[in-house]
Amino acid sequence: MPLPYSELVMEHFRNPRNVGRMDDPDAKSVEGSPACGDMVAVYLKVDPETQRIADVSFESYGCASNIATGSIITELAKGKTLEQAKKITWKEASDALGGLPPIKTHCSVLAVDGLRAAIQNYEERHGLVKERVPTTVEVVRKRLKRVMNPLTGLDLVRTNLVQDVEVAEGKVRVVIDLPADHQFAANIREEVTEKVEPLWDVEHVIVEFTD
Amino acid sequence: MFEDVVYLDNAAATRLDERVLEAMKPYFFDLYAVATSQFGYSLGIDARDALDVARGQIAAALGAGLEEFVFTSGSTESSNLAVKGVALALGEKKGRHIVTSAIDDFPVLHSARTLERQGFQVTRVPVDETGRVDLDRLRDAITPETILVSIQAANQEIGTLQDLKAIGEIVRGNGKGTGTLFHTDATHSFLRVPLDVREIPVDLVTVSAHTIHGPKGIGGLYVREGTPIRKWMDGGFQEFDLRPGVENIPGAVGFAKAVELVTPDETARLRTMRDRLIERLLQVPESRLNGHPVHRLPHNANISFRFVEGESLLLHLDMRGFAVSTGSACFSRSLEASHVILGIGGNHERAHGSVRFTFGRFNEDEDVDAVAKAVEEVVADLRRISPLGKD
Repeated sequence: MPLPYSELVMEHFRNPRNVGRMDDPDAKSVEGSPACGDMVAVYLKVDPETQRIADVSFESYGCASNIATGSIITELAKGKTLEQAKKITWKEASDALGGLPPIKTHCSVLAVDGLRAAIQNYEERHGLVKERVPTTVEVVRKRLKRVMNPLTGLDLVRTNLVQDVEVAEGKVRVVIDLPADHQFAANIREEVTEKVEPLWDVEHVIVEFTD
Repeated sequence: MFEDVVYLDNAAATRLDERVLEAMKPYFFDLYAVATSQFGYSLGIDARDALDVARGQIAAALGAGLEEFVFTSGSTESSNLAVKGVALALGEKKGRHIVTSAIDDFPVLHSARTLERQGFQVTRVPVDETGRVDLDRLRDAITPETILVSIQAANQEIGTLQDLKAIGEIVRGNGKGTGTLFHTDATHSFLRVPLDVREIPVDLVTVSAHTIHGPKGIGGLYVREGTPIRKWMDGGFQEFDLRPGVENIPGAVGFAKAVELVTPDETARLRTMRDRLIERLLQVPESRLNGHPVHRLPHNANISFRFVEGESLLLHLDMRGFAVSTGSACFSRSLEASHVILGIGGNHERAHGSVRFTFGRFNEDEDVDAVAKAVEEVVADLRRISPLGKD
């Protein structure tokens, strides 16, 4: 077959494991955005005694490699402790699938990020964040790298749309270099807030636009 | 192996008609000589005659004369010749400004970009949400420096037809004579939508055999008599000194045969299939037609399905035996979303879930219901695993 995908990728694409929305999850994450491309949601149930992932599921709005990575990542994570699951890399996921085309890295990394973000969400919700690193401009910028610019499908930082970031006393101010009446302004504001607000010491997020 | 495939990507390439192959065969095995001048040997003279008969047939289909049609290797080369050839002829004499549309196909857009790097100015006129060029913006874009306006006849993805007559009249300054030339890429509309150069004020028209069940590797450019244009590829003096290289006579003969075989009845049949497919697929929740509802190619349906991604949709349809195309970024080699969907004001999401279905001679009526059913099922399956559209 001339398909660039391995048999294993196609198998997981055809029959994704652990797929679907979970009722009443202990944690969840949504990575990516519909406006710019692929999107993955990851849901977790965690055994509070053992800190092991009792159940995990995912949803995908994406291409074959995105769906297949979402599928394999849930198989790899199930039964692992949060600490172990956190360390699952894109390389491991890719190897478990018999390799992924290099050009599809972005779509498949999204699923790995989704698992990590769900674990992070669990830790933030359950007061398990050990090192409470104070939020800095750098920390905010790192989070903004996960917000996509719908015009290009690349993230806000890489496309130079983040004009300014200020952090002071629980308040984060982000200035986006787009007019406020831009077609994606509301969309970007929502996503920036969604990514920055869960930080433990952030109380308020202000997103401003240039004219 | 592929006998059972329902092929709905006829805008990309079409299956060769056997009658075309039969017409071509003698020019591989009997009359294989190069087209010689009238003073050459008989075999070469016969080859020359065959080339000119083919040329005359194709030119006539455009309402053009024999000496106004140049054979090329296909529409990509034709559009390169039109854009770069006019730039070579007029860049020094008249000006260095070219106008095209935001949604034209890559041969035109990228030729313009190449010229831009060499100091030409390029204006890309925007289109409305149906894909039609904004005629006021076009009028404003043309200056005394403008040597060429290149705007496609029909869009490769969403099938929108442009009003070539209105565009041509604007380019000509409504009879005032601007010296600006008008090129149109008619690759996707050739013979499916009438285009007669005696009625449309156009100077250059790109056409190709690969979209009308002819062979790949042969196309042509209509060049109105007296049009200032120079060859951009160097070599011999073939094709009225516009396109050097040994003539592809089997290709030319096949192209002419393919032209002969397209009929208005066939086009009407494709239109009926297209209409039924659009009607069925628009019943899928959260779907929308891309392109113009009326001014569109008779064999093109382009529909976006929200909450699903095109490459996944395409692969599932492929597994069920249907060949379609998508404007999703995931599908493209560059991972860039369709510039056409973005050009009509759509976002990545709309491009992401867009699917193009294009009909051809070898589709049968039952293909419509079969593909519609498959799409309905695959869209429902993918929406089941999508995080979107559930709240």
